[in-house]
Amino acid sequence: MQRPAQIYPPKKTSGYDVERVRADFPILRREINGRPIVYLDNAATSQKPVQVIEALDRFYNHYNANVYRGVYRISEEATVAYEEARRKIAHLINARDASEIVFVRGTTEAINLVAHSWGRSNIGLGDSVMLTEMEHHSNIVPWQQLSREKGASLKYVGISDDGQLVRENVNQHLQEAGVKLFAVTHVSNVLGTINPIRELTREAHKHGCKVLVDGAQSVPHMPIDVQDLDCDFLAFSGHKMCGPTGIGVLYGRRELLQHMEPYQSGGEMIREVHLYEASFKDAPFKFEAGTTDIAGAIGLGAAVDYLSKLGLRNVRDHDREITKYALDALGGVKSLKIYGPTDPETRGGVVSFNLADVHAHDMASMLDEDGIAVRSGHHCAQPLMERLGVASTTRASVYLYNTEEEIDRLIESVERAGRVFKI
Amino acid sequence: MSSIYSEIILDYYRHPRNKGTLDHPQISAKDSNPLCGDIIEMQLELDKNNGVKEVRFNGQGCAISQASASMLTELVKGKKLDDVRNISKEEILSLIGGQLSAVRLKCALLSLKVLKTGVYTYLGSTSDSKELSEL
Repeated sequence: MQRPAQIYPPKKTSGYDVERVRADFPILRREINGRPIVYLDNAATSQKPVQVIEALDRFYNHYNANVYRGVYRISEEATVAYEEARRKIAHLINARDASEIVFVRGTTEAINLVAHSWGRSNIGLGDSVMLTEMEHHSNIVPWQQLSREKGASLKYVGISDDGQLVRENVNQHLQEAGVKLFAVTHVSNVLGTINPIRELTREAHKHGCKVLVDGAQSVPHMPIDVQDLDCDFLAFSGHKMCGPTGIGVLYGRRELLQHMEPYQSGGEMIREVHLYEASFKDAPFKFEAGTTDIAGAIGLGAAVDYLSKLGLRNVRDHDREITKYALDALGGVKSLKIYGPTDPETRGGVVSFNLADVHAHDMASMLDEDGIAVRSGHHCAQPLMERLGVASTTRASVYLYNTEEEIDRLIESVERAGRVFKI
Repeated sequence: MSSIYSEIILDYYRHPRNKGTLDHPQISAKDSNPLCGDIIEMQLELDKNNGVKEVRFNGQGCAISQASASMLTELVKGKKLDDVRNISKEEILSLIGGQLSAVRLKCALLSLKVLKTGVYTYLGSTSDSKELSEL
């Protein structure tokens, strides 16, 4: 029996229209080697929608001025837009108040701020900082530096072969005295593992241990509620969530920020300056010395508007669908090994893999020849690479504009690499 | 667009010529490319006229770095050290063929950098730092 012709394309239940989303991103119209670019390096940085590009354009063309101190019209407009961006971000992550949002350059600077300010006052000789084996270098090195300076130590939570944290390690470490901070990534930038932050925070708080969450790979991709997670600090970058480079956020619990020393000092962060002493503004301003990235903050505000309009729940659902598709398709490629959890429910949109003994850089170069952008190397997570026993991996990471057709092109190209390398 | 991964490159990668180590090399040098994690060691055994009698490379890394190292060993065998010193990066790139991005150029030229470092050290001449930094 002949099947009736399908008149309407299958309806997506979520109502998420990826083609409409793609139309917002001018760069996706670019061709590489005669084919439309397939951008799968979103864990490194995301592309920017026209709404964000126009917000930057509008700022520079219409009301570019320094914030706070100008009494003239465009300075006031700039100040309003800058503070409005802060409120939007507070709303996005459900902070109690906009004063809990500190503008920084990115995740790295946010973590350094906490290490230098909170860390120096609260971590001393014999204390320790707990980290995990899946941290990005930016959430390892600042703590190494701090512990060297203070005579403190680092304790690591291990990971299982399928890329999950070894929860018993968390408990064991917390039993010991002096564990002052647990600095942990929300989503691994290599394995895609989504860590159970709420449970980890509860555990840590029972022992009086504060929690810093590296949200670089989670805030762009899923709904985040800092009150629900109950974390003490959350660090993330604007450029991975459709915003400009050079702007990022440190969320800090107000009680903590209030008592923290400034990270850098100078103009704008002071209350009064005399020849031999100065007093500082309240948080968040005491952490924003000098002229900050005003345009970046306003651009990030526009990015938050964009994401909020799409709905972070929809973004997460889309990510998961494409990730599931990619996991299934890559899983069917002969001699290909995928790292990290296999269940798309417990992982973000990051898929790291190796094809037999093909070096990750060769794989990435081959994919580039086909117009596909992926990342290869150690992904700034060398301790994790050591744990996995590999020198490098190839990483495809998806975002709100990626499609199943693009994953098909990835697979086609990976298979071509397999043929060239005679796997 | 032609692929950098030609049959020749793949052949040198899969079946490297002159890979291994020498028992009594007069010249031995090693370096790595932190981006790719490529490691290359080059060893030379000389005759009494400062000619290259034997040459080996050893290492691990991407196909570009390993294949170009193997090609380089064939190029230097039998050459006088002074001629080895004058091998240009263009010679290496023409052996490899195809277009390389700036990032991958480092992979292709790692072995030449290692070789020249070893030769300069042996000859006792101060290395031309400008030349090495261009590799």
